[in-house]
Amino acid sequence: MAKFTKKKDGDLPAVSTASLPDIVFMLLFFFMTVTTMKDSSLLVENTLPNATEIKKLEKKDRVIYIYVGKPTQEYQSVFGTEPRIQLNDKFANVDEVGSYILAERAKKPQELQNVLTTALKVDKNANMGLITDIKQQLREVNALKVNYTTYEGDAFNNLQ
Amino acid sequence: MPRRKGAPEVNAGSMADIAFLLLIFFLVTTTIETDAGLDRMLPPIEPPETDVIIRQKNIFTVNINKNGQLLVEDELMNLKDLRKAATAFLENNADGSCNYCKGRKDAASSDNPTKAIISLKNDRETKYSTYITVQNELVGAYNDLRNREAQRLYNRDFTEMESEYLNPETPTATRDDLKDKVKRIQDMFPQKLSEAETSTN
Repeated sequence: MAKFTKKKDGDLPAVSTASLPDIVFMLLFFFMTVTTMKDSSLLVENTLPNATEIKKLEKKDRVIYIYVGKPTQEYQSVFGTEPRIQLNDKFANVDEVGSYILAERAKKPQELQNVLTTALKVDKNANMGLITDIKQQLREVNALKVNYTTYEGDAFNNLQ
Repeated sequence: MPRRKGAPEVNAGSMADIAFLLLIFFLVTTTIETDAGLDRMLPPIEPPETDVIIRQKNIFTVNINKNGQLLVEDELMNLKDLRKAATAFLENNADGSCNYCKGRKDAASSDNPTKAIISLKNDRETKYSTYITVQNELVGAYNDLRNREAQRLYNRDFTEMESEYLNPETPTATRDDLKDKVKRIQDMFPQKLSEAETSTN
């Protein structure tokens, strides 16, 4: 019978690569789900404090981020160790916050411009003086909805 | 049966199944990180046109100094006791108009929850982490009271109802239903947390 003809000696059958696309797709999907888009790299230390009474920031397109904290190691020689504000990819002074908010607001679609939230991502070791100045700036441009972004956890851990 | 020469071919038909199994496993276990935090409203920059007169007993003052110590109603207080003190102040109900409050009706404390205001002041050198802890405790006091009333009226927590209401994935019908309930509880204990300008000394 033809079915049982002898194969040539030493000829290994090829490993089936039919499932390779599956594996690749699996990896692709995995990375698609776990990656969060980061639109700016952090120039400041950003260990957020803990809080329990938190609310989720649901709609990402309605949020403007402001980062505050001590500059990271590589920037400390230039910018010192005092907490600084980071807007987009740059360090900024307090008086630039207002115009930044206005610029960001102008970029958003008309119908979202009134419902924007400002997320303050502030390092737990920052002082309130800087935050108060930022808050004052936000009030001046009428960006009154703020969210102090925190981690979920016992708030009393902050005090240590 | 004649012995085969060469290695037999591995059946790769089930490979796809294994791949999908893993894919589904990761899909289920990974959560996409969403930011969360304390929502607050800042006061508008223009002062209100008519001056509202607020009686001193309706204001619960909380001062944080630069060392992170608390001065509550002119007395030094431990942070751990703040939530309880704020809760007691909010539902004190001195004028007896709030029938769901369980306060002590102390004449020297707030009239009713709609009049009670918490005023938070901080020093410029207060650490942000301390400030957040205090904010958390004060918001917690409101949430505790609202949860209690929501449990009594609707048998579920207010915070849970609110997050379901705010979640864009909740069906519209459920949201409309929740809207009135959330509003009702919020009006029972309106959040009046004022953040005055920081003292400089």
